[in-house]
Amino acid sequence: MNWQRLKSRMPKIVINIVVLLSMLLWIVPTMGLLITSFRPASDVVYSGWWTVLTSPLKFTQYTAENYQAVLSSGGMLTAFRNSFIITIGGTVIPVFLAALAAFGLSQLHFRGRGFFYALIVLMLVVPTQMTFIPVLRLYNKLSLSGTFAGLWLVHTGYGLPFSIFMLHSFFQGLPKDLFEAAHIDGASIWTTFIRLAIPLSVPALASLVIFQCLFVWNDLLVALIYLGGHESVAPLTMRLSSLVGSFGQDWHLLTAAAFVSMVVPLVVFFSLQQYFVRGLLGGAVKG
Amino acid sequence: MKRKTSALTPLFYVGPAVLFLLVYQVYPALQTIYLSFLDRRSESFVGLDNYKYVFTSQVMLRAFKNNLLWLVLFTAGTVGLGLLFAILVDRVKYERLAKSIIFMPMAISFVGAGVVWKFMYSYKPAGAEQIGLLNQIMVILGFEPKGWLLENPVNNLALIVVGLWIWTGYCMVILSAAYKGIPKELLEAGQVDGANDWQVFRHIIIPEMRPALTMVTTTMLVNVLKIFDIIYVMTNGNFGTEVIANRMFKEMFQYANTGRASAIAVVLFLMIIPIMFANIRQKLKGEG
Repeated sequence: MNWQRLKSRMPKIVINIVVLLSMLLWIVPTMGLLITSFRPASDVVYSGWWTVLTSPLKFTQYTAENYQAVLSSGGMLTAFRNSFIITIGGTVIPVFLAALAAFGLSQLHFRGRGFFYALIVLMLVVPTQMTFIPVLRLYNKLSLSGTFAGLWLVHTGYGLPFSIFMLHSFFQGLPKDLFEAAHIDGASIWTTFIRLAIPLSVPALASLVIFQCLFVWNDLLVALIYLGGHESVAPLTMRLSSLVGSFGQDWHLLTAAAFVSMVVPLVVFFSLQQYFVRGLLGGAVKG
Repeated sequence: MKRKTSALTPLFYVGPAVLFLLVYQVYPALQTIYLSFLDRRSESFVGLDNYKYVFTSQVMLRAFKNNLLWLVLFTAGTVGLGLLFAILVDRVKYERLAKSIIFMPMAISFVGAGVVWKFMYSYKPAGAEQIGLLNQIMVILGFEPKGWLLENPVNNLALIVVGLWIWTGYCMVILSAAYKGIPKELLEAGQVDGANDWQVFRHIIIPEMRPALTMVTTTMLVNVLKIFDIIYVMTNGNFGTEVIANRMFKEMFQYANTGRASAIAVVLFLMIIPIMFANIRQKLKGEG
């Protein structure tokens, strides 16, 4: 693009060295993890992962055993499925409800609208820690703790303020004439929502979906609080953090398990990066 | 255009969201304030005892001290490095690739990042073959290998580095967008007038980017107060690395003390308020 916006007196070589070194610093830790996850246990204990770099193409030094081990006995397969289930519900429900609310907030005239908006902004600030104990008590009473449904609802409750905020600022930016025209043409409010607002906001919705997906997929704290110790419903993050305790120094297993938990977000990130960044920038409006 | 409609229509659109906010945020937050004045089982009123614990016990003071260290180093580090990268990557041809790589840790979970770095920091006694990269470098440079996560105070710094690794990319992406928004003429004008790099940075770039810088700094400050996952996974607050959010989790589940856990949550909330207040004031000043 328009690189070199600013003609600098700083030699270009210095800039390149700094940037390249930083890139290296950022990628090496993950690379070490990836390489280690493909090395046999005996090698992992006795030599650093970087030793493979002397002859990286010697394929006999790699193995898929660690992955077989964590996927069969480490409970990672169940955890993988659980993460999927939790993420789908924890994304679809809040995004749908947020779209409804943001649309109502920007297109309908009703009493308490200002109050509702203030409430959302306030809730962006309140740390979720403020809600853990009462919600958990409620969940214990309703037998919702340790269930997927309970986690979907809680992710909805926590994700709504940001989602509504983001979609609301997007809806506000849509041309008003369009909605007036639809109204004059006799379109019902529901039709306007489904046929006009939703299709127009596909970019914003896509950003939000990716954002919320990654957020829920990567969440540990909320799962720890509301799932209790139930292994059968634990997502990858929870499983991985308990493996850190039980596998301790078994780095060949731990690295493989960590990589299993990172695969989906990395694929999503590298294939849909534009949307993710746009979502961040959209959220940044709140500043 | 705001349509006039029957009372039921808005209820259909915003009702569900309002219900969720009331059940999951408003009511619990108020309830937590109330619980913070009750004992561990929420049976009897104990006045300010829980708050006395929060502000005087050794573990909590330790947590406050660590959070303060995080607050200063993490915030300065993420925003500072983010700004540096935002400006530097603008001047190389492989900008997209550089940004992707530095931003990548944001995509993975903090738990995953915790494992990545626990491995980087892993420690074997001197003389043994090191498998952690950092200690291998120490050995090559002729130093003794270090228990990065075991020795205080270096373990706090080691944890903060993980935080920097994760969040710098976020700051860079936001600040980079703001940097690219500065009119090119403005930067060129400064140079034509004979300003050096530092003067351009100090008198043009920084003021132009102020709103984005404020926003990013606020986000990082709030983040740092709530920091949990990294510590939970890597040290669980042992060896002098305790932080507020992790302590709350322990009070809640390990010690089953609802009163104290609630008081910690309330204090956490109270610490965030001045940050938001300063942010809003800054924003009003910017617009006024």
